[in-house]
Amino acid sequence: MSTTETPPRVERPGAGSEGFATMTYREALRLAMREEMLRDERVFVMGEEVGVFDGAYKVTAGLLGEFGAERVRDTPISEEGFVGAGVGAAMLGERPIVEIMTINFLLVAMDQVINHAAKIGAMFGGEARCPLVIRTPNGAGNQLTAQHSQSFEGWFASTPGLKVLAPASPADAKGLLKAAIRDDDPVLVVENLAIYKERGEVPLDPDFVTPIGLANVARVGTDITLVAHSYATVRALHVAERLQRDHGISAEVVDLRSLRPLDVETVAASVAKTSRAVCVEEGWPTYGVSAELAARIQYACFDDLDAPVERVGMAEVPMPYAKELENAALPNEQRIEAAVLATLGRSA
Amino acid sequence: MAIATATLRELYEQMLLIRAFETEAERQYKAAHIGGYCHLSSGQEAATVGATHALDAGDLLVTGYRCHGFALARGVPAEAVMAELFGRVDGCAHGRGGSMHLLDVARGYYGGWGIVAGQLPIATGLALGLVRQGRPQAVLCELGDGAINMGAWHESLNLAAVWRLPVVFLVMNNEYGMGTSVERASAVTDLYRRAAAYDLPAERVDGDDLLAVAQAAATMLSGAREDRRAAVLELVTYRYRGHSVADAGLAYRTRGEIDEHIQRDPIFRVHSLLAQEGLPDSELDGLLAIAEESVHDAVEAALASPPPEISTLANGMYSPGSAAQFARMLLGAPFGERELVFAGGLGE
Repeated sequence: MSTTETPPRVERPGAGSEGFATMTYREALRLAMREEMLRDERVFVMGEEVGVFDGAYKVTAGLLGEFGAERVRDTPISEEGFVGAGVGAAMLGERPIVEIMTINFLLVAMDQVINHAAKIGAMFGGEARCPLVIRTPNGAGNQLTAQHSQSFEGWFASTPGLKVLAPASPADAKGLLKAAIRDDDPVLVVENLAIYKERGEVPLDPDFVTPIGLANVARVGTDITLVAHSYATVRALHVAERLQRDHGISAEVVDLRSLRPLDVETVAASVAKTSRAVCVEEGWPTYGVSAELAARIQYACFDDLDAPVERVGMAEVPMPYAKELENAALPNEQRIEAAVLATLGRSA
Repeated sequence: MAIATATLRELYEQMLLIRAFETEAERQYKAAHIGGYCHLSSGQEAATVGATHALDAGDLLVTGYRCHGFALARGVPAEAVMAELFGRVDGCAHGRGGSMHLLDVARGYYGGWGIVAGQLPIATGLALGLVRQGRPQAVLCELGDGAINMGAWHESLNLAAVWRLPVVFLVMNNEYGMGTSVERASAVTDLYRRAAAYDLPAERVDGDDLLAVAQAAATMLSGAREDRRAAVLELVTYRYRGHSVADAGLAYRTRGEIDEHIQRDPIFRVHSLLAQEGLPDSELDGLLAIAEESVHDAVEAALASPPPEISTLANGMYSPGSAAQFARMLLGAPFGERELVFAGGLGE
């Protein structure tokens, strides 16, 4: 394998003079939007219940009071209509942030995302652009059942013309959302229901952004690489701690942060070091993010691998309701740990 | 509508240009200089030219895929339209869009779009952008009779009404959605009446009567500009050719029906008006020759324009600066991707 530069290590983003504050992922997203709305008049938010209701998951809480109804715009339940309205406003140079209550509802606006927003730059020969941000949470685990427990980010990430980001920490939630808002292309920011309440240190510097296309080595290790994004990163970090404690296994965790563009170099550098990889995702692995990772890793690390690339994702069934079944279907920590031990040829 | 003779003459010239252009486009398609889908609008010139004439310089235009006539009426040079149909670099979308995806942002034309009704949400978004930018202008959104049975029609009209957006939906009722007649597709065949569901003003006009079209469009666009009142204008017209060049147009209608419409040709109707105004036949006949000459020149220009370089395959897909974001995705990319997509620098 080859790399163009030294892969990034565990990083503590530049603090600036403002320093850090501990906040939840949800608060970090809100701070990102607030800062960008203060910075750029063109930025506005629209979606179902983003204003008067304070957001279905409270991400936009308080923004209506600060910025008013023209910039924090409640929509009817009409995803195709208002995602398309975001596309049109973006084409005219506005910077819409469209909130979709959960990624499951983005499917009814799929035509606007895939067949319109993603096509504009190329299909019109660069004569028009679409600086649109769509934010939406994926995820499962609250017995929301088959129609509300999905993680489709891989579908979107397979579409040229889109950029797809998936922050796993409060700091990245802020930094990546800001990067998305400032980007001139359509960007899907995939949030996660389970992480909204997670807390972490977040840089307060309004100029701090997380670069698009750069993965993060969230934990340094030597024996095996766990590649993940979104909530799967949180799970992987927990598993890594337990592996160290219970088995003396040193696991490295690569948090992708961005799915398109995908930082294959950081993944490959890690796997070249550890010789083993387990790819974890919240969604279905078949044709999924982990499938793409496995293809890239086998190509980039063909001579380095000591074991087949393993994958852990949601069991390939529509999510059932019963708690016991739901737990079994999730890429839970027990399943990830078992996959790591199997890949290392160790028994639990 | 009071319209100066000189203006009427200009509109007549536009109608002749469109007819000559469409006639030549069919010839060039059969000569294999034009590929893909090619939807001609012969017979719809009064509707196209009359409605476009009602636009102010700063107003915006969005259309579906039967868009050659609208582009020409909006002032896009015939050379740029023909070169686009030929897939050449001097086309208005630099050979990336083809017949269905004409545009000219400098003239406020935000695209020919290829998915039935997909342009409606985008038009509402452009109107939202106008409102946000405090611009006292309006959007004219063309669609076919087939588009009003799509969900996007409902969502867009509702949003335009709820948010008071300055957009006029121009329904080109040419009696058939592809080969399915309006009677077989719509529960209500007076299509303009469907606007009543959203409490929007609406009117049905003889789309082959240039002056009536221009008058009705001007009134509705004024309402949109001055009172932010969305509206629906149904123009009853007819296309002489099939749905696309590949369709003979006779499976679902008779030769007699087509001939009946040709007897009432909209161009001839304007010819009669101008003759009544005292323009001599010799001058009017000369205008047709001028239009045909313009189209001939457009073909020459298109033939002289080179096809796009293969190295520009990905041009325009992403905004400038994106190549750096994608740099770490090259490793393990699919065969040829590095050379085909990345070598040209994405959006650079």
